[in-house]
Amino acid sequence: MRFIFKTKYSQDINIAKHNGDRFWYSLLILIMVALPLVLDDFYLGEISYICILSIAGIGLMILSGYTGLASLGHAAFLGVGAYTHAFLLTNGIPFYASIPIVIVVSFLVGAAIGIPILRLTGMYLAIATLALGFIAEHVFIKWEHFTGGNRGLPVPQPEFLGMSFYDSVFFYYVCLVFLIAAMFAAINILRSPTGRAFVAIRDSEIAAQSLGVNLGLYKALSFAISGAFTGLAGALLAHYIGYLAPDIFNIFLSLTLLLLIVVGGMGSLHGTVFGAIFVGFLPQLIAICRDYLPSSIGSQPGLEPMLFGLILVFFILYEPLGIYGRWMKIKLFFELFPTYKRQTFKKQKVFTKSDRV
Amino acid sequence: MQLIQLIIDGVASGCIYGLVALGFVLIYKATETINFAQGDILMLGAFVAYSLIGILGMDYLTGFALTVLIIAVFGFFLDAVVVRQIIGQPAFATVMLTIGLGFIFRGFASIYWGTDIFSFSTPFSGKITEFNGLIISYVNLSIIIGTAILMSALYFFFTFSKIGVAMRASSENQLAAYYMGIPVKFIFSLIWSISAGVAAVAGVLLAPITLVDTSISLIGLKAFAAAVLGGFGSIPGAIVGGIIIGIVEQLCGTYENYLFEGVREISAYLVLILTLIIYPRGLFSDKAEVKKV
Repeated sequence: MRFIFKTKYSQDINIAKHNGDRFWYSLLILIMVALPLVLDDFYLGEISYICILSIAGIGLMILSGYTGLASLGHAAFLGVGAYTHAFLLTNGIPFYASIPIVIVVSFLVGAAIGIPILRLTGMYLAIATLALGFIAEHVFIKWEHFTGGNRGLPVPQPEFLGMSFYDSVFFYYVCLVFLIAAMFAAINILRSPTGRAFVAIRDSEIAAQSLGVNLGLYKALSFAISGAFTGLAGALLAHYIGYLAPDIFNIFLSLTLLLLIVVGGMGSLHGTVFGAIFVGFLPQLIAICRDYLPSSIGSQPGLEPMLFGLILVFFILYEPLGIYGRWMKIKLFFELFPTYKRQTFKKQKVFTKSDRV
Repeated sequence: MQLIQLIIDGVASGCIYGLVALGFVLIYKATETINFAQGDILMLGAFVAYSLIGILGMDYLTGFALTVLIIAVFGFFLDAVVVRQIIGQPAFATVMLTIGLGFIFRGFASIYWGTDIFSFSTPFSGKITEFNGLIISYVNLSIIIGTAILMSALYFFFTFSKIGVAMRASSENQLAAYYMGIPVKFIFSLIWSISAGVAAVAGVLLAPITLVDTSISLIGLKAFAAAVLGGFGSIPGAIVGGIIIGIVEQLCGTYENYLFEGVREISAYLVLILTLIIYPRGLFSDKAEVKKV
């Protein structure tokens, strides 16, 4: 058990709580930087993809995990980011200028979507975002001047800092830098008054409102910030895929992002990375499952959605805090050993909370 | 004349949306959760009917009744075993749980029945009747009449039967119903089974039009528009909302040239968003209003 002796209030919002944190996270970054020395191109590509998923996950986590607003249409933001980026690059805007524009555009799109529909709560919001996701997918198909429609849109791979995006080591470093930057930005947003307001809204709208949090403003802000992160991920995803087709940004991708944050652990930034690793390796996991199942079942295309659903249901029912929650429990077990009690995390009996007035 | 023809077609497809929306509304009224897997239950209904009628060669009506029964029992246990466990958790958990269940159903259907497109013969297939120059297919007629029968049956059930009144009481106030000796949990599972049964009816009625494959579960998403338009929580509202959505969709499809290309596929979602922005209470709202900030 570690006791942190606090002498100043500002210690409450320190990024690193103690030297152990500093040591381990620095070590992690060092290992990530050194990875290209030991891994080949295939695994670097996979890890780049996981970095991109993590950035998108941070976006959705801020909205769903921290502000408590469900979004079933987040693939739309990935699409906005990817198409804007590809469009700008095609028109000769350099990479370093395109990324900030993408972030601003996705932020504005998030705000524009957020302001009208954030008067809705709970499941109405989920339904509305679901519908918006469908409409966005349709817009990507029909707005051919901008997106190339069903023919698709090739993503230019320009030179950046004298390196090419085709170089998987370079692309890996780009993704890693953006992930670290996004993580840092998210941590700072969440320890600022804005982030505290988000959490307050999640825990109780009425309490937040009584403390002077402007619900409409902060919900729209949360949507916009979430859109900006996801749009950035979309821009990187465009480079990763190389060729944009509208059916990439469908409802299944939105639900994959939700799976990511649920499996990783709602309400924790660690969870986004855990969830991204899980989702990134899910296709491989399914491929392994196929080998072990009898071929009559293993060769079925329906296996993937079925496993997807089973994992989702399993986590919602038995581990609502996700992988990160399980990790916290294991950590606590060793910290308190041998006095750990199972009851610490026992689910409390609760009754239906009514939205009705 | 063309307009009337369009409206009749719209009413028929709208009845299907209405029936699925009815399933949402029943569950929402009772437990304040939304079943995102409603469309997938409809799909299961269509597949079970295919197995019974198409493969086992049962009589249409017998197969129909048996399908509804099987799916209703399935709905009962779905609530009793799985969904009941997350009562009291935030809305997000229910949304994710039912989405996950939907994926499981779809995956199961494509593993068990395969990904081909199936059809089974019904007494209505391919027959049409002409009335004053209007062409009405028997399939559309069967959908409209089936919906009307089901609606009146449900009306009488909720108004006059003891269980129906108990259901309304539990929806109104769980705690008070519990004190009056109503077995609320059992009643909730029954509501799930009715809602699943209604979805199965919709699935079997729809099967001759769209044929049977896993993609028909997407109807569940369009039915949200119907439920929201009718004011989530109102049973007649669900049907009226469904019919409006059906007609709007038909009209958008025909007059696409005057609007913009591809408006038909997203018209339901546009209506949904507009309703939520302009008049989130819906047409037939009861006291279960959408909270405004």
